[in-house]
Amino acid sequence: MAHAYTPGLRVTAQATIEKQRRLPLQGEVLVEAGEQVGRDQIVARTQLPGDVTTLNLVNRLGTTPAELPNYLLKKEGDPIAKGEPLAENKPFIKWFKTIVESPIDGTLESISSITGQLILRTPPRPVEVNAYVDGTVTQVLPGEGVSIETHGAFIQGIFGIGGEYGGELILVSEDPDTVVEAQAIGPECAGRIVVGGSLLTSQAIARAREVGAVGLIGGGIRDQDLRELLGYDLGVAITGTEDIGLAVIVTEGFGQIAMAARTFDILRACAGRQASVSGATQIRAGVQRPEIIVPDLENSPTTQAVQSHEGGLQEGDLLRVIRAPYFGRLGKVSDLPAPLQQVESGVHVRVLEVEFDDGSRALVPRSNVELIEE
Amino acid sequence: MDKLDVVIATDCGSTTTKAILIEKQGDTYRQTFRGEAPTTVEAPFEDVTRGVLNSIQEIEELSGRRILDGERIITPATSEEGVDLYVSTSSAGGGLQMMVAGVVQAMTGESAQRCALGAGAIVMDVLAANDGRLPHEKIERIRQLRPDMLLLSGGTDGGTVSHVVELAEFIAAADPKPRFGSGFQLPVVFAGNKDARDQVEQVLGEKAALTVTDNIRPVLEQENLAPARHAIHDLFLDHVMAQAPGYPVLIGWTGAPIMPTPGAVGQIMQTISRRQDINVVGVDIGGATTDVFSVFGEVFNRTVSANLGMSYSISNVLASAGLPHIMRWLPFDMDEAELRDRIKNKMIRPTTIPQMLEELQIEHAIAREALRLAFVQHRELAVGLKGVQTERTLSDVFDQSASGESLIRMLDLDLLVGSGGVLSHAPARPQTAAMLIDAFLPEGITRLAVDSIFMMPHLGVLSTVDEKAATDVFERDCLIYLGTCIAPVGQGKDGEICATYTLDLPQGQQQGDLRVGQLLQFDLADEAEADIQLQPAKDWDLGPGPGRPLQTKVRGGIVGLVLDGRGRPLQWPQDEDQRGRSVAAWAQSLNLYRQ
Repeated sequence: MAHAYTPGLRVTAQATIEKQRRLPLQGEVLVEAGEQVGRDQIVARTQLPGDVTTLNLVNRLGTTPAELPNYLLKKEGDPIAKGEPLAENKPFIKWFKTIVESPIDGTLESISSITGQLILRTPPRPVEVNAYVDGTVTQVLPGEGVSIETHGAFIQGIFGIGGEYGGELILVSEDPDTVVEAQAIGPECAGRIVVGGSLLTSQAIARAREVGAVGLIGGGIRDQDLRELLGYDLGVAITGTEDIGLAVIVTEGFGQIAMAARTFDILRACAGRQASVSGATQIRAGVQRPEIIVPDLENSPTTQAVQSHEGGLQEGDLLRVIRAPYFGRLGKVSDLPAPLQQVESGVHVRVLEVEFDDGSRALVPRSNVELIEE
Repeated sequence: MDKLDVVIATDCGSTTTKAILIEKQGDTYRQTFRGEAPTTVEAPFEDVTRGVLNSIQEIEELSGRRILDGERIITPATSEEGVDLYVSTSSAGGGLQMMVAGVVQAMTGESAQRCALGAGAIVMDVLAANDGRLPHEKIERIRQLRPDMLLLSGGTDGGTVSHVVELAEFIAAADPKPRFGSGFQLPVVFAGNKDARDQVEQVLGEKAALTVTDNIRPVLEQENLAPARHAIHDLFLDHVMAQAPGYPVLIGWTGAPIMPTPGAVGQIMQTISRRQDINVVGVDIGGATTDVFSVFGEVFNRTVSANLGMSYSISNVLASAGLPHIMRWLPFDMDEAELRDRIKNKMIRPTTIPQMLEELQIEHAIAREALRLAFVQHRELAVGLKGVQTERTLSDVFDQSASGESLIRMLDLDLLVGSGGVLSHAPARPQTAAMLIDAFLPEGITRLAVDSIFMMPHLGVLSTVDEKAATDVFERDCLIYLGTCIAPVGQGKDGEICATYTLDLPQGQQQGDLRVGQLLQFDLADEAEADIQLQPAKDWDLGPGPGRPLQTKVRGGIVGLVLDGRGRPLQWPQDEDQRGRSVAAWAQSLNLYRQ
């Protein structure tokens, strides 16, 4: 049997975290290895090729593609300005003269003598990549980007939307079971990352956006509310580009689920500190989960770099059940029977016995649990 | 090759690498052992050969046969060790992702799409001169998508040149970069008007790795997809695979070119259709995508529904089908918000499996809709050539099926094959049969089967080396026959007789009436055959024509014979309570969910 394990989400108070910051195209790296950087500092920059506009002159000048070069006032590679004449015909009567002007600022990229098409390109657009976290540059990838290392709390959520943001963590729930209602979020949350307990209601999300919060973290969200927020039904879990003004991160899943106590305790301990969050989620090969990073650069790290649990399940391991009928419940592995067992649905699977926090025990398929990593 | 006694074949999927061992026993080839291991294309391994070696090692452990000498496959085979041939398919790293372009969307655009899909690609977009997008939008789209390869077609030979060259100019302006291997040029296959070759070479020669092949639509009345498909396979190996981590080494191990997984499935389906002279539809439903294949007559078609699947794409099934279409398959009520949350939780934790019966029923309901939608998409593309002028007689004037007619004639379908987790690993085989029948709605007499361990890719690539070895295994080990579905086509009032039947079964003769809305099941073992006679009611058709009797032999399977009187298209009760009772009755007649 191939080695099987159930990777969990990383939830830790102290970790060394390395983030790669890469440009979409080759460009220029602005920092050096060993340099301390702040999360908003630009570390690399490049120029994205400009947008293309096409212009077919054949009909407008009443000519053929082959004759077109005779009418052109510019050649390939020439800079062009909006309103500047690009081509003109030479009629016998001056009044019938047609001048074609450039619709954009940029360059004349190509002229086709087969189709009569001109391809014009706008000037390149600058693209910048920031450090995203406070930390130290550990490696420069020439022309591509950098690796930045930081220490501190590191929490992966299960699902998120919205891009990267930074701000101070502010706690609005007393405990991990509290549903996050709109009234819990006030003007003091502006520019901050709001930490709640269990369900993020649609009213709470709306209120967080209204006051200008940059992040909202909770145990769960209802799919209906997510649809309302996005304006469409999310079909595939590839997120991060939603333009909603903040990152929304849930740590447990869809529905009203209390945040795992350990996650809540770490976030509570970090309240008042600066954090970086990203809602980007990708659940395909090459999984990416949303994350909360709270750098603590004054204290040296006590644990090793972030890495996933690669051992098999063992008795005593802490876990969370991630499917009905025990969805969201926490416990520890109390037995690992080897033979396949038939569960209620009729499926024959490998199971484990879990002892829940209240002392009760149940058999669940091994693929329906998630390790809680220390 | 002198002898072929032992073969090892792998399929490197995006999550799992599956290996099978095939051995010659007497005169026939049989699949004997299988092994699997996680695919290792992505970090931290970034070397596909790790997963291949691990899956082969598992076969070594199970079979006791030594196949590997360190990291080398031992060849040729002796009685104790080694293999004579190693072959592989691959869909790792997202498979082959292509963009295609043609002048007219419904003509060369559609031919280019069929060509790329048949070669095993996922078609990311179809560009056409008349697709309604402005030139800069097309250019932006090419730049955004970063395909592995591009197929440019357009124009019949001697037809339009300027439109084809214009498309080439858009591609050149976008200056697209391939997904793998920065610094390499994007492979572009030109398979359009031969008169435009020089100009296309002039425009694209320096910007892309251009390959020129025969026109896929030399004249309107003819589609010639094979040369371009071969070019795609060659480029897949030379450019796409060669850039993927570990593949250059893997290519050196194989005794036949590595094929894209769906391309290999298409290969075996065509081989079987040809050798047995049958029409076949096959489906592979995965976590992210659903592939549908069909061979009718000699025409092969494949489509891939890139966002219909049972885990990563499960929410998209909900979004595409709509909640009522999923709920209609459930014999119980459920709160909409609760169902939505459950489906999303499966999406974000795709490896979980249903522990409760209710959860299994929900997954099967979603599977029916995913399969149904994938088949709808397949029927839209598997059509005759559009744009062909046909001579029309007066009687044809009233017939709407001129060009672009669907090639999928359900009454002519002989075999329906399902594969993929939800079908292959359903806890009870009748559940698989029910999902296939409900989603595809077979008409007349149709045999049903499931590829239990998804062996078709391995056999497809093997068939390019040795057709007999591949078909031996296909017939004996690959398919598990579920049985035969007998479904008269027609519509009627609930409870009316739609056909009378006489079945000569090994356990005795069965006679009776099949009523509208009814589903009946009779045991008939896999190897067994039965003579059946059916007399459909007036306006109901089993193939010979409305009201005409049918007498034939049918073969059994694990589920046996299923007589489906629910009408085609399937007639749903209007009343909500009655719908629930009907769904429960259908489940009971096939003994789907033993409580």
